[in-house]
Amino acid sequence: MSRQAQAVLMLLVGGAVLRASLTDLYLRYVKVGLRPLLLTAGIILVIAAAATVWYDWRRPRATRDGQSGRGQHGGHGHREPRVSWLLLLPLFALILVAPPALDSYSAMRAGTALQRPFGFPTLPAGDPVQLSVLNYAGRAVYDHGRSLGDRPVKVTGFVAFDSGGTPYLVRMLLNCCAADAQPVKIGLTGQVPPVLQPDTWLEVVGTYTTEQARDPVNNGAIPFIDVRQARPVPAPPDPYETWGS
Amino acid sequence: MTTTTDVAPARVAHRARNARPVRRLDSVFVLAMVLLLAFQVQGPIRRALSVPVMQNWMTVFVAVVVQALPFLVLGVLLSALLAVFVPPSFFTRALPSRPAMAVPVAGMAGAVLPGCECASVPVAGALVRRGVTPAAALAFLLSAPAINPVVLTATAVAFPGNPRMVLARFAASLLVACTMGWLWQRLGRTEWLRPPAHPSFDGLSKPAAFWGSVRHDVMHAGGFLVGGAMAAATLKAVVPASWLHAAAGNPVVSILALGVLAVLLSICSEADAFVAASLSQFSLTARLAFLVVGPMIDLKLFGMQAATFGRGFALRFAPVTFALAVAASALAGVVLL
Repeated sequence: MSRQAQAVLMLLVGGAVLRASLTDLYLRYVKVGLRPLLLTAGIILVIAAAATVWYDWRRPRATRDGQSGRGQHGGHGHREPRVSWLLLLPLFALILVAPPALDSYSAMRAGTALQRPFGFPTLPAGDPVQLSVLNYAGRAVYDHGRSLGDRPVKVTGFVAFDSGGTPYLVRMLLNCCAADAQPVKIGLTGQVPPVLQPDTWLEVVGTYTTEQARDPVNNGAIPFIDVRQARPVPAPPDPYETWGS
Repeated sequence: MTTTTDVAPARVAHRARNARPVRRLDSVFVLAMVLLLAFQVQGPIRRALSVPVMQNWMTVFVAVVVQALPFLVLGVLLSALLAVFVPPSFFTRALPSRPAMAVPVAGMAGAVLPGCECASVPVAGALVRRGVTPAAALAFLLSAPAINPVVLTATAVAFPGNPRMVLARFAASLLVACTMGWLWQRLGRTEWLRPPAHPSFDGLSKPAAFWGSVRHDVMHAGGFLVGGAMAAATLKAVVPASWLHAAAGNPVVSILALGVLAVLLSICSEADAFVAASLSQFSLTARLAFLVVGPMIDLKLFGMQAATFGRGFALRFAPVTFALAVAASALAGVVLL
């Protein structure tokens, strides 16, 4: 690949990363905290592309002549490997396809990632009280709902079905990027809407119930929620939850 | 786009005047054609990729690349700084002159690079080119992604009930890194370590050499990173999680299984502790193997090591690293967990 082609590719990859991190697109793939690093990386790639063009243009004509980075300069037989062309693939994926955030397909292939939380602080004020899927599930399973009592809680997630047709409200947990995402699932019982499509985002208001199930994939505990009200909502900008949310 | 299409014909005409034989297509021209073609057929491509398994694959693939890219760029910048602005004499003064002593010092020095494995490969490559004993540079390469404060803190957060996990991870990783360094010093041959020719930037101004090094490393390691990300996404999308649970029963098989899983998944070392914590049906020792193997050798690292040190090196280095990492985890598990 010639120097000019490398400069174009670096400019495009840097530009695609900048575009993804200036919009909410990056949130489909990585956690919020990575944004400053992504912006920096995008800017550095763009500068590197500009510097490549600049120094290539400034090189003496004799060395620039016709070799275009194919490495005859100074008797040095160096050529960038063909593997660099692979950088086109994430570029196309980001700008042409922009794949969606992980959905019910991935959620039901993996076991629930629920673990014992550090503690069970008193619920914040609010009626109903807004909780993350992870927070509700942790209190329901490991505190047996003691810190929940019979207060109505509001949780938001997307719908997924297991092979038996039980509906779950799911949020994927993210630590770094979507490659390490793991689901946390809450079973829906009570006044569940009769018609549900997988991957629909729902805002569910309900109360704690002692009902529990075991995840068929890893035998982890899945709590249920007694649904009083459920309404479809648009997908949030950040579709993932993180540990500690 | 206009600039690329303008450049290509001008260059071809220029070559023709000089009567040089043009055997290969001009790569700017090829790049422009590929980009144009991709935009033309984007509709059918999108339709073909709308099945859930393909979307899942694409999401994981893009996620691995996007997540690793900032760390790769950081490592590449650091490596270019080392290569251009730090004189080789600095390293000969900073490291003990006896290689046997330089290995543990370099291994401990890995604790100060606060990044994941994508940053440590280009930095280690620059160290070798700056005349650091390969044994010491390799110890740094292996220890840096595993024992830096960011990764150890993440491990402590992911295993709130087992603080010894942090100690075991630190000890086992440092042990493997130093042993690999000493092994290389005893058994390694210089001809195995044949880095693909790095362009020499002698005679160029310092900024020109700096940006030349950045460009070269980004294109090189970036391409291999993409290859590794494709492999990792394929495994994540294709292999069902239930296979793992069959392996959890046997203590020996479970250590090996999680070691292999760490290689295949290619998760960033800053995030792997959380994934390990969720594999709760496995023993702590097996999960330790996951944490020790992952930062040292995985699919995308193998690609990046091959790009930096040569394929012959990577093919010998990777299996030994894997075996030692599994053995050290088992040992640390018995002693510490």
